[in-house]
Amino acid sequence: MRHEISILIIGLFVVLSTASVTAGILSMRAPKPLSATLVNLTQRINAWWVMVALMTVAFFFGRYGMTILFAFISFAALREFVTLTHSRRSDHWVLLGMFGIVIPFQYWLVWTAWYGLFVIFIPVYCFLLMPAITALHGDTERFLERVSAQQWAIMISVYCVSHVPALLTLNVPGFEGRNLLLIAFLIIVVQGSDVLQYIFGKLFGKHRFSPNVSPSKTWEGLIGGLVASSLLGALLSFITPFSPLEASGVAFVACTMGFLGGLVASAIKRDQGVKDWGHLIEGHGGMLDRTDSLVFAAPIFFHLVRYFWTV
Amino acid sequence: MSKLALHTYTLLQTVTSVGLSAMAWAVTGVRPIWNGSQPSERQRIYFANHTSHGDFILLSACLSETERAKTHAIAAAEYWGKSRLRRFIAQDMLSSVLISRQWTSEEEHPISIMLSVLDQGHSLIIFPEGTRNMSDELLPFRSGLYNLSTARPDVELIPCWIENMSRVLPKGQFLPVPLLCRVVFGAPVAVAPGEDRRAFLQRAREALLALDPRPDRDD
Repeated sequence: MRHEISILIIGLFVVLSTASVTAGILSMRAPKPLSATLVNLTQRINAWWVMVALMTVAFFFGRYGMTILFAFISFAALREFVTLTHSRRSDHWVLLGMFGIVIPFQYWLVWTAWYGLFVIFIPVYCFLLMPAITALHGDTERFLERVSAQQWAIMISVYCVSHVPALLTLNVPGFEGRNLLLIAFLIIVVQGSDVLQYIFGKLFGKHRFSPNVSPSKTWEGLIGGLVASSLLGALLSFITPFSPLEASGVAFVACTMGFLGGLVASAIKRDQGVKDWGHLIEGHGGMLDRTDSLVFAAPIFFHLVRYFWTV
Repeated sequence: MSKLALHTYTLLQTVTSVGLSAMAWAVTGVRPIWNGSQPSERQRIYFANHTSHGDFILLSACLSETERAKTHAIAAAEYWGKSRLRRFIAQDMLSSVLISRQWTSEEEHPISIMLSVLDQGHSLIIFPEGTRNMSDELLPFRSGLYNLSTARPDVELIPCWIENMSRVLPKGQFLPVPLLCRVVFGAPVAVAPGEDRRAFLQRAREALLALDPRPDRDD
């Protein structure tokens, strides 16, 4: 596995360096003061350096590193989601439980690889018990709205995100001890697809995909990004249990889900009247702005691998 | 106080203040929005909306460490002076200043206590609503703000809107829900020549309300 990891790290280093140098040259040539797009581009690339560095560190700590890192990602994402949605004073204990019980318990299930409970704890137990607690409090004002927001919050921020470290629990024959690479594959392909869609959109974007939801998404960006990231998936098949063709197929499905995740996240933000989820990551917005695609891609990727490649 | 005791005392306050600010950031990711004023070494009275015990911790977490060391929150003696533990937390750990609503002697007069703090060159955090507010409307202001400003006209009055804290730590709860918070610092407000108390308090209240980033909230 060391061999593959070295190649990935060198690859990411080369890509980010190229991006930084390109942005530097563009900024040097551009008229001053720099346009907002260019400033934002530089911020985004700088933030990528930090994110890749953090992921690499977590990678070296293996199962511990990944589980803890994604538990924190869930925390940051949940905080952004709950901040943005409506809640009332009587929701205090349910909200506390989401942070204090649901996150730790779900990640404990990931840690102990208790698959049976991992897949149903949130969609069954939390889904039923949280509204029950809210009803017991007796406050029915905008009940359905509050309860739905809470359930969406933990579905998106905890349940979906926890499928990334849960990839470590899958038993793929002939791939033993190398599951970390499945995480690397998923993240590189899905986040790469975001970047590629952004680049194709900026270069060739003309026809808006969904002007009412997300004005920045274009057909050109979508198609270019999906084709390029499927190729990227095939290129990365050497770190996976998939053949190149399978890898590009899986990458295509994951990135399509990722695109839909971004679209749904945009719709929620638009409904709540904000542009970004938060300000955690300079140039990108909040944690959910960066992970919205991963959130939708992770469970589907997890179940594809589980269904077709595990025993 | 002996030198050692004094050192321990300052150390306690520094550790508490740095620790609480770090905790406030970890829980709420608090960020200041300077909207009309800038961080400054000037002597100031920060006045803010009040919904939670966490309010002044959040506000002081937005100040620089040197500013924080010389900024004191004004707290009610009726609540914080009730037991020795509460008094220790309020006065010794948080270096806040206790004032009594039912004062008897002239030295206990809230305004003279606050003026004596200002006269040491220190800044104040006050909550002119006078109590933690459970309603959705900003309560009418008590007159302290006006009296302080007319007595010390060169001290800047900065309105500070503390966002979301009523959801993080509502009155009566002791465990905070981690939600993102911002503190919006507005442009200084001063008593205009000839302006009467009521008009000024109304104007100060409106200046604070104008900083609420989500005024059309309906909860």
